[in-house]
Amino acid sequence: MAREIALRDALREGMSEEMRRDEDVFLMGEEVAQYNGAYKVSKGMLDEFGEKRVIDTPIAELGFAGIGVGAAMNGLRPIIEFMTWNFAVLAFDQIINNAAKTLSQSNGQFKCPIVFRGPSGSAGQLAQQHSQTFESWMANCPGLKVISIVDPYDAKGLIKSAIRDDDPICFMESEMLYGHMGEVPEEEYLVPIGKARVRREGTDVTLVTYNKMVLVAEEAAKKLEAEGISAEVIDLRTIRPMDHETIINSVKKTNRIIVIDESWPFAGVSAEVAYIVQKHAFDYLDAPVIRINAADTNLPYAPTFVEEYLPNPDKVIKAVKEVMYVNR
Amino acid sequence: MGKVADKNKTKASKPKYSKELYLQWYEQMLLIRRFEEKALMMYGQQKIRGFCHVYIGQEAITAGMETALTKDDCIVTAYRQHGTALGRGVTPKEAMAELFGKETGIVGGKGGSMHFFSKENNYFGGNGIVGAQIPIGAGIGFAEKYRGTKNLCVTMFGDGAARQGALHEAFNMAMTWKLPVLFICENNGYAMGTSVERTSNVIDLHRMGDGYGMPNEPVDGMQPETVYEAIQKAAKHIRSGKGPYFLEIKTYRYKGHSVSDPAKYRTKDELNDYKDKDPIKVTEKRILDGKMATEADIKKIKDKIKKMVEEAVEFAENSDYPDGSGLYEDNYVQTDYPYLE
Ligand SMILES: Cc1ncc(C[n+]2csc(CCOP(=O)(O)OP(=O)(O)O)c2C)c(N)n1
Ligand SMILES: [Mg+2]
Repeated sequence: MAREIALRDALREGMSEEMRRDEDVFLMGEEVAQYNGAYKVSKGMLDEFGEKRVIDTPIAELGFAGIGVGAAMNGLRPIIEFMTWNFAVLAFDQIINNAAKTLSQSNGQFKCPIVFRGPSGSAGQLAQQHSQTFESWMANCPGLKVISIVDPYDAKGLIKSAIRDDDPICFMESEMLYGHMGEVPEEEYLVPIGKARVRREGTDVTLVTYNKMVLVAEEAAKKLEAEGISAEVIDLRTIRPMDHETIINSVKKTNRIIVIDESWPFAGVSAEVAYIVQKHAFDYLDAPVIRINAADTNLPYAPTFVEEYLPNPDKVIKAVKEVMYVNR
Repeated sequence: MGKVADKNKTKASKPKYSKELYLQWYEQMLLIRRFEEKALMMYGQQKIRGFCHVYIGQEAITAGMETALTKDDCIVTAYRQHGTALGRGVTPKEAMAELFGKETGIVGGKGGSMHFFSKENNYFGGNGIVGAQIPIGAGIGFAEKYRGTKNLCVTMFGDGAARQGALHEAFNMAMTWKLPVLFICENNGYAMGTSVERTSNVIDLHRMGDGYGMPNEPVDGMQPETVYEAIQKAAKHIRSGKGPYFLEIKTYRYKGHSVSDPAKYRTKDELNDYKDKDPIKVTEKRILDGKMATEADIKKIKDKIKKMVEEAVEFAENSDYPDGSGLYEDNYVQTDYPYLE
């Protein structure tokens, strides 16, 4: 039986189920316990699991990320919540230099099964420091797996897989879309890491995207349909490892691809998709790969800047017409 | 008349400082309070968006501090910064327009509530990353010392920020190198929903200076007088070349952490205890009791400030949003930088 629940509730259900299943899983971060989470993702978890397993930290990202890494090396399975990924920047030393490298450095003796999670991406007029997208940053680093979701079904299935996974995982959510509703079954299920999802089938053009840009792509696809253009929408769900097969199969069918990616363009997720498409489906392409990213700049506060900065359905539709050589 | 009442009377009739100073404090605090009350209203009307953290309750710190510093001294602080910036000399118009995201704002609508900067006022900004400004403040002080000035950098941060590792690194280097830095922790008791008591065994935050041999003390932040005295003393120490000083100024924020926080983690009584010693109320009483001004004078000040704030809103309303096409301005000093499409 499925019911509609919000993204935040799906994440909480996933974490709680795993905590019931495995005593070694715990949740740690700023305001996760008594305040029920800055965005209420962990609401009620302190009541259920107690102070030992749902732990409020001081504002000390580098320190508590490192405590998570040490605990993971020593047999536990921490979930480390960052209030947003912007603040995880303080913890990059522990994520990049330690979590990602422990297995290699120790010749396989020490694994680091840890989930670093929190929202990534802009959330309205929050200005430069609070509006950044981190999928491209983290996906650049070998040793880490990177997941990025907004769909509640995917969120629950993937947070459970992430907690069970033996490798360190960066899990990206969306501050703006914690209230985003979707169907989630009552029964337990997992969503595998490393598999994209075709959210909408189409034949004329492939739109590859992830996180809240999924909604942008879907809206564009709907509008395009009204104009007789059939767009396929692929939600990557996992950024690293990237599901090449789903992307390539789609391009072989549509012969055109646009990447919609809220991270900055330089050396990012969109660049990676473009690379694998030209490598594996060069002969199938009827047009260059086009990407629509957040602008190659810092995001200021005023609404006029936010409007200009982000990908939106109109930008997608314009790009689709470009690759389809339709002038309108 | 009893002894106690007598004592109160003498205290009340003999203010410690000049009338000018009291009135300056009063006006400064009242301006910040009224400005932010208006900002909250404007937020309610969605004229102001994003995060908005107000300083209401903490105004005595800015008022006392600015009268103990020179305008050549530098200040850097966190995102709860409207009051600090106004104290530095950012005008209510520039500040309100910034909150509205208008091009006439102090940073052209680029920063919003958390990020005012004003080079002409030696105001190095509101920083949105908790604790980031602590080493930055030490660096600003480093540059002053390097250039051989007598200026210092006031580096302000919250009780929550005091738990960041960067504090320790900055304290250590600032002390070792005798940098002209006045570290001020504005301890308002909470970091979002987390009380100071829940973050450490050491809740006398000023004692964190001890680990580095940095002189430190607690200060009552609900009165401009005590803040003024403490900062004067600390500044003198710093200007004599002896290196940094750390003040833990105890204060309270009356509102939630930001506009979206209902602040259920504290009691009404606690809040009311602080409101009873509200620095604006207390200073007003001191002024009247000390006959430094009449009720009519006070009313004149209130009217003046009300008008200033109203004019600031009008100015913000009537200003334009920056053109979205300016999105790439000021990301590099190089003006023909080749941005990616
Ligand atoms: C590095 C970092 N972590 C977390 C946050 C989210 N955050 C913003 S303000 C805040 C609380 C800070 O409290 P405090 O330093 O006491 O300052 P106050 O808000 O009381 O002025 C937190 C956790 C942030 N902005 N930066
Ligand atoms: Mg505080």
